[in-house]
Amino acid sequence: MTLPFAVAVPARLVRLTGIDIVIVVFYFALVLCIGWYLRGGANTSEGFFMAGREMTAWVAGLSFLSANLGALELMGWAGSAYQYGILATHWYWIGAIPAMLFLALVMMPFYYISKTHSVPGYLKLRFGEPSRALSAISFALMTVLMSGVNMFAMAKVMQIVLGWDINFSIWVSSLTVAIYVTLGGLRSAIFNEVLQFFLIWAGALLIPILGLYEAGGWTNLRLQIAQRTSEQYVHLWSGLGSFSGNPMGIHWTGIVFGLAAIMSMGYWTTDFLVVQRILAAKDIRSAEMAPIIGAGFKMMVPFIVILPGLLGLAVLPEKLVPESVAAATGAHSYNDVFPLMLARYCGPGLLGLGVTALIAGFMSGMAGNVSAFTTVWTYDIYRPLINSKESDHHYVNMGRWTTVIGVLVSVGTAYLVMQFASIMDYVQALFSFFIAPLFGTVILGMLWKRATGPGGFWGLLCGTISSIAMWAWVKVDPSALRYVALSPHAKALAQDMYQGLWSFVVCVIVTVVVSLKTEPLPDGQLTGLVYGLTAVPKIGDVPVYRKPFFWAAVVIVIFVLLNVVFW
Amino acid sequence: MISIWFFIGISLAVNGLLILGAGIYQFVYPPAKPEVVLFHLHAGIWWGALLLVLGLIYCFKFAPGRTSL
Repeated sequence: MTLPFAVAVPARLVRLTGIDIVIVVFYFALVLCIGWYLRGGANTSEGFFMAGREMTAWVAGLSFLSANLGALELMGWAGSAYQYGILATHWYWIGAIPAMLFLALVMMPFYYISKTHSVPGYLKLRFGEPSRALSAISFALMTVLMSGVNMFAMAKVMQIVLGWDINFSIWVSSLTVAIYVTLGGLRSAIFNEVLQFFLIWAGALLIPILGLYEAGGWTNLRLQIAQRTSEQYVHLWSGLGSFSGNPMGIHWTGIVFGLAAIMSMGYWTTDFLVVQRILAAKDIRSAEMAPIIGAGFKMMVPFIVILPGLLGLAVLPEKLVPESVAAATGAHSYNDVFPLMLARYCGPGLLGLGVTALIAGFMSGMAGNVSAFTTVWTYDIYRPLINSKESDHHYVNMGRWTTVIGVLVSVGTAYLVMQFASIMDYVQALFSFFIAPLFGTVILGMLWKRATGPGGFWGLLCGTISSIAMWAWVKVDPSALRYVALSPHAKALAQDMYQGLWSFVVCVIVTVVVSLKTEPLPDGQLTGLVYGLTAVPKIGDVPVYRKPFFWAAVVIVIFVLLNVVFW
Repeated sequence: MISIWFFIGISLAVNGLLILGAGIYQFVYPPAKPEVVLFHLHAGIWWGALLLVLGLIYCFKFAPGRTSL
């Protein structure tokens, strides 16, 4: 006997029952209640934009991680694991852990002590207004466009997975986000990100548990994958000695120098969407511990993201295909692996929770983008460049209105992407242009006091232009890939890594050369902004297990062990 | 102030209760043709129970007035 009130929907991967719908509706009701409850703490600019700077290490840390752990992550990286095997794990381990620990121990003191409200705000303090304006305008633009792209992707996923109308998905989710962020500001966004973190684990963890049970354990799973595809699908490092020796077409230098040293450093240390969560911490120790807590949980995420993709290789009866082939033939694409595994193991109730986890991931991502956009617009564009003499209350109202407008612009972008699907590629490329050069500019600013304002600006600009030029070159002449990514066999992910590496190098060289040719800034202007001129408050006489450095060491040891075990 | 952890507890407890209820229903009235693989493990029952217990622990430990944030 089936449960009553089953909801029939056409052309979908999964079928929700009444109990599943109740779980989804409960989630929407809860996030609106949280936003309503928190509205009282968002009446000052510090409260609205920075959550009062009173988040504990755990709240800031889980929010920091969740801001990145959206539904596109769940579905996209599970799909990448199906496509490339265990290599996709690099984006969670070497492509995240060192950068998060670096942010915690090296960069966070400068961000926090400078009392900046944003990463562009730090650039203003360190390099002056031109650098801030360049960074703020580019970040604001790509963040609100990314929000729209994510919104479209979510609506498309809901249509394919659940059969929901695209307009319904877009408007219900965007209005919900607009309400709870407008009411509660960053605090509301953070609370809902922490909620999302728990929902994702509660909704997705059953898949690897039941999947490993069905596959007969990890060893049997590896054997099955090796038989169906190749041995290299289950090795993290051993196939990276040559470009053609692994499913991704990447060399270990691309992983280490492109992904770990540059792209992940750039993203985790300068992307304001994630850094904003740490800036909301209540004190310097919490600000240092938060990324370390995030790193600890980040290492576990492959269990619910990568493993489902690997399990799909072994247990799914049908073979999944690239998106373009799926569109032409009606087969399931790589990105369908996560919902297919969800439908495989999760009955009524469990399925609803899994779908809720996906929806929560999308909405938190949208809320994160909108709250970051609102802060950067208000503090780094509107106040310094347009209207600097208003009251605190005015800027809070600007923040609320910008939230609504930001959501509407995102909706508009979503509809634009619906008409011109290639826009998605361009927006995602736009994001990649700025990350690596921005990291170069910020890290030089923090560690080298000789870096000057013109040096910072021109380095950032030239690094960005070089990234755009490389992308355009490969777009026009695909054979240029053998120069940019050092191999004609390189795939798109590999190209991104090398493009980031070269643009970082260009940024650093230009910054150094221009700085050496321009007047150095006096030490008095750099106090609190640069290594050597910043007094970091001591934590005090506490046991070693309460020190951030201790937990960073624990995380690093586990990280190394994992890479050895899965070599 | 109500702690975020209390809200987490509410979410886990309510979802756990709903999933546990659905799992028990399917145990008592199993479908003729289960739509999921490993139906015999009745994952809804033990996973729902786990979420419910965790949720209640969070609700109790972080109840309003006992802690903040």
